[in-house]
Amino acid sequence: MSDASIPGPAAPATGKKSSLLELDARTKRRNAAETRFKAYGIVAILIGLCFLVALLVAIVRNGAPAFTQTFVTLDIELEAEAIEAAEASVVKTSQYRDMIRAELMGRMAAEGIETDMDANTLGQILSSSEAGQMRDFVLENPDRIGETVTFNFLASSRVDGYSKGRVTRESLERDPNLSPAHLDLVDQLEEAGIIERTFNWSFVFGADASDSRPEQAGIGVAMIGSFFMMLVVLALALPIGVAASIYLEEFAPQNRFTDFIEVNISNLAAVPSIVFGILGLAVFIQLVGLPQSAPIVGGLTLTLMTLPTIVISTRASLKAVPPSIRAAALGVGASKMQSVFHHVLPLALPGILTGTIIGLAQALGETAPLLLIGMVGFIASNYPEGVASGFLDPNSAMPAQIYEWAKRADPAFYERAWGGIIILLLFLMTMNLIAILLRRRFERRW
Amino acid sequence: MDDQRLTERSVDQKEIKISAKNVQVYYGETHAIKDVDVEIEDNTVTAFIGPSGCGKSTFLRCLNRMNDTIDIARVEGTILLDGEDIYDKRVDPVQLRAKVGMVFQKPNPFPKSIYDNVAYGPRIHGMAKNRAELDEIVEKSLRRAALWDEAKDRLQAPGTGLSGGQQQRLCIARAVATEPEVLLMDEPCSALDPIATGQVEELIDELRTNYSVVIVTHSMQQAARVSQKTAFFHLGNLVEFDETGKIFTNPEDSRTESYISGRIG
Repeated sequence: MSDASIPGPAAPATGKKSSLLELDARTKRRNAAETRFKAYGIVAILIGLCFLVALLVAIVRNGAPAFTQTFVTLDIELEAEAIEAAEASVVKTSQYRDMIRAELMGRMAAEGIETDMDANTLGQILSSSEAGQMRDFVLENPDRIGETVTFNFLASSRVDGYSKGRVTRESLERDPNLSPAHLDLVDQLEEAGIIERTFNWSFVFGADASDSRPEQAGIGVAMIGSFFMMLVVLALALPIGVAASIYLEEFAPQNRFTDFIEVNISNLAAVPSIVFGILGLAVFIQLVGLPQSAPIVGGLTLTLMTLPTIVISTRASLKAVPPSIRAAALGVGASKMQSVFHHVLPLALPGILTGTIIGLAQALGETAPLLLIGMVGFIASNYPEGVASGFLDPNSAMPAQIYEWAKRADPAFYERAWGGIIILLLFLMTMNLIAILLRRRFERRW
Repeated sequence: MDDQRLTERSVDQKEIKISAKNVQVYYGETHAIKDVDVEIEDNTVTAFIGPSGCGKSTFLRCLNRMNDTIDIARVEGTILLDGEDIYDKRVDPVQLRAKVGMVFQKPNPFPKSIYDNVAYGPRIHGMAKNRAELDEIVEKSLRRAALWDEAKDRLQAPGTGLSGGQQQRLCIARAVATEPEVLLMDEPCSALDPIATGQVEELIDELRTNYSVVIVTHSMQQAARVSQKTAFFHLGNLVEFDETGKIFTNPEDSRTESYISGRIG
């Protein structure tokens, strides 16, 4: 380095002492660099915030409509004879459907809404699930036959889309499912209070529905699938991961074998999740013979994926406990295990919890391995019956369900996919909140 | 009995507590301690002095087998505590450390309450049958460490909230709570101010009545003030081991003299 690059000490050579009140060129450059660096940092944060806001706005705007649904409210008299006749027929629901349509016609006539449509065409306003819904009610409540019961039938997804602004008269010109003329009726029915948009609990708690009935689809069962998977992951990955890290960090001798294990744990953390999926398929389903599409298999597969994350973060937080604490414990005659469990582990607990929650969050949002073990099943049946069935019966998981909806053709499913993302994020935030509360509880000040 | 002990002391024939013969310590390839022979007496403060890196702390850590926790450390030779080889295969280092307590250079209280800090040792060794006995041990230990008056009103406050000198005395209380026979102190005052140092030194002198105390120190004045015997280490060798008075006034080895007079070290 030449002298020219160091102007500072050169100043005395001119015979003048440098003043503290004026900055020399080097200091100026240094300060400018620091200011620039701070500006870069702020810009980076602002860009990040912009993306976050854009993401949240997009999610809420696209997803919020999924939480409301258009319903058609009808009072139907359950006549014993009609029901008997319906149950005696071959296609049982068709007569229920006729009853509902007749009631709708009657209601419209009573409200003075005129139409030249026949009952079947008019019935397109309703979701095709209506007859099944009514029959289920009748079968569950036979004692109410003979009474007049108020039903909230789902409107068809086109009617629902119209009320949410997704469907317009123009878009219905060539739609076989609904015509613009229906929309005029819908407007009048809405005025008469027969059609109404209310909060859609069945989206939050219901099961998925067939391709042609997006209005009926809910994420509830997939949520239960995710919940049972998380139980499996937590129950396996946390104890195994923490025990492995404690052994590796505190007890294991330093030799080639432990080095080898260490390298491999780090490598495992970087393995693409689909690899774990195919491993889960080969081992848990094909070799062990566990049921396909079951949360227990999903949980086991995700456990494999989560373990390295938990091991790495647990080891890092064990390393961060000052060695003086271990020395102090050993110095008063504690055994190695006592020093670890009485002193080191409690101090490392906040870090372990953080790692665990990151691992669980990762597992919760993972889709790829679930595709391979068949946890994208379309679950027409409803809730699992009891805990064992929760683990063993075919189910889906939230991200897989969202993926499933996103790839279906009907735009009404697209809205559900975004709504599902909102629920997934809420689920995650709840988990994070629990972790933060636990951390607070365990954190100790030095 | 007291009279008898006094006479014993006057003729300077104390019992040998620890006897180390031909001790070698290796850190991997490095030969850190070479041929050290030391006899540490009961009810005596023995000081280890010497320049940094001379092996005095390493040797101290041999006495309660704290070097076992370092993978690459290897100890050879014999160290007898009351005539028993502490490196015998049958000896559990955990049991040994209950007998040979240790106080470290930096105060390292557990991040728990003052009470729990002191009670930890007695708890894991099952020394108290009930809460009252434990309370008694805690009080006795804190009194011995001259911390009782300052701490009695805040036993449940965190030990880490005490000042540096108080923390070190808390660590001493923690060490004496397990009723050790030997107390090892690795530069216990290096992180303390002169006032706290004075308190700890006073304490060390009192502890001598019950324990054999071994102290590693960088301060020759401290060695002169608190110890009866002094060992001078240099480059892994034990250069000289004698009465403190003799070491500081009339050392036999020229290296000792140079170190004490400040010419090397």
